[in-house]
Amino acid sequence: MIEDRELLWLLTGLAGTLALATAAGQTLRLSVGGDTIANVNARIGAWWVMSIAFVAATLTGGIGSLVLFALLSMLALREFVTLSPTGRGDHRALAWSFFVVIPLQYVLVGIHWYGLFSILIPVYGFLFIATRIVLSGETEGFLERTATIQWGLMACVYCVSYAPALMLLDIDGYDASSGKLLLFLVVVVQSSDVLQFVWGKLIGRRRIAPTVSPNKTWEGFVGGVACATLVGTGLWWATPFNPWQAAAMSFVIAIAGFAGGLVMSAIKRDRGVKDFGSLLPGHGGVLDRIDSLLFAAPIFFHLTRFFF
Amino acid sequence: MTGRVVAALARLLAGGYVRWDAPPPNGEPRVYFANHTSHLDFVLLWSYLPPSQRRRTRPVAARDYWEKGPLRRYFINRVFCGLLIDRSGPDARGAVDRMAEQVAAGDSLILFPEGTRGTGDRIAPFKAGLFHLCEAEPDVELVPVSLENLNRVLPKGELIPVPMVSRVIFRPTLRLEDGETKETFLARARTALKALREDGR
Repeated sequence: MIEDRELLWLLTGLAGTLALATAAGQTLRLSVGGDTIANVNARIGAWWVMSIAFVAATLTGGIGSLVLFALLSMLALREFVTLSPTGRGDHRALAWSFFVVIPLQYVLVGIHWYGLFSILIPVYGFLFIATRIVLSGETEGFLERTATIQWGLMACVYCVSYAPALMLLDIDGYDASSGKLLLFLVVVVQSSDVLQFVWGKLIGRRRIAPTVSPNKTWEGFVGGVACATLVGTGLWWATPFNPWQAAAMSFVIAIAGFAGGLVMSAIKRDRGVKDFGSLLPGHGGVLDRIDSLLFAAPIFFHLTRFFF
Repeated sequence: MTGRVVAALARLLAGGYVRWDAPPPNGEPRVYFANHTSHLDFVLLWSYLPPSQRRRTRPVAARDYWEKGPLRRYFINRVFCGLLIDRSGPDARGAVDRMAEQVAAGDSLILFPEGTRGTGDRIAPFKAGLFHLCEAEPDVELVPVSLENLNRVLPKGELIPVPMVSRVIFRPTLRLEDGETKETFLARARTALKALREDGR
């Protein structure tokens, strides 16, 4: 079914890693137990579901990924807006954002219109949202409401759409449309998250940003970023990069991912919540899971597009 | 079938957080009552009931609104099996009798005792219907359901809903006490819905 050898190896590796994690999680449950282990096992269970959905979408070619990421954008924006100070006057602007801007952005990615998809939201969306909101006549908190919706669109839609956009890159001697590059990004960014969590739980002591996220430590950060860079380097054969380039890319992805996680944590802290949602058992909401991808995807896309 | 699709869509659009402080439905008739800010209120509440209960749980809805147009009629009659009542006029008292009949026949009801949709800032005083229903059927269990954020999903006067995470909290059940006056009972029922923000997220 899958003709691409490298893709097959990637998927086998992914399934193997998850199987290993499941085995380790069940062993820990029987030998140690406790809430942390139960939470870890819930996360592993959700990882299976997310991986299967993601791989199934990627294997259908471009369309499946576009639909999946468009849906993720909607769910993420939904969680973002829920915690935002929007009011009655913003209802129409939000309806436009969900049902016109999101589909349009992904259609533009799908038809490979790079010139427009890279400016739709930062330029036209930016101006349109402000205009649509001012037409409602509600001026109280105008800038705050407008900026929040613009920010939500940038983070949850614009940034996320760069992930499936990787499939339309034109790289000499490399077939990006198979989804391997997308898989590479998602594996590195998510393994960086997981490994930071694991290192932090094991040896984490010194908090890196105590006022923002008490669970993030220097030990977790260094260990996680280093290991994720190793994971990415080990996958160089599935990318257009040589091992050194793959290492550099993975490092950048992991750092950007960390920044994304931290920024989204600050928003949650400001709103007084722990998670954006509760859709994914153990993980929180969709936005909690893709916060690191938000920042990593556009940077990885542009670096690859510029250098390869 | 349509019911399952509608329930899934409602939860995808507006669902997110649900909590059962009340015991789960056991097949005995119940009256769910909630604060009212949106047309989606009863749809989401209904979508969080176990599928086996949905068919036997009938939203009480205003005839003047739901009988306008074939689409509204289809949904309220076929999908939700709504109990259409007249909000005002000579039949207003007859509405309570019809609700009581349903409960006596073993069906559950979804009721919005404020009588109309509010903006979400406050819960309006309850109409007397809930009290009279309990007088007619004193054994029926009442389940207060607090709905939060649905006024942002589909506010009054808007046509297109916006996806938003909302909260549905089924609170501990209550009943009409012996000798309780109308005012005390309605105030108690209304208070049971409040405290929307107090219980940590």
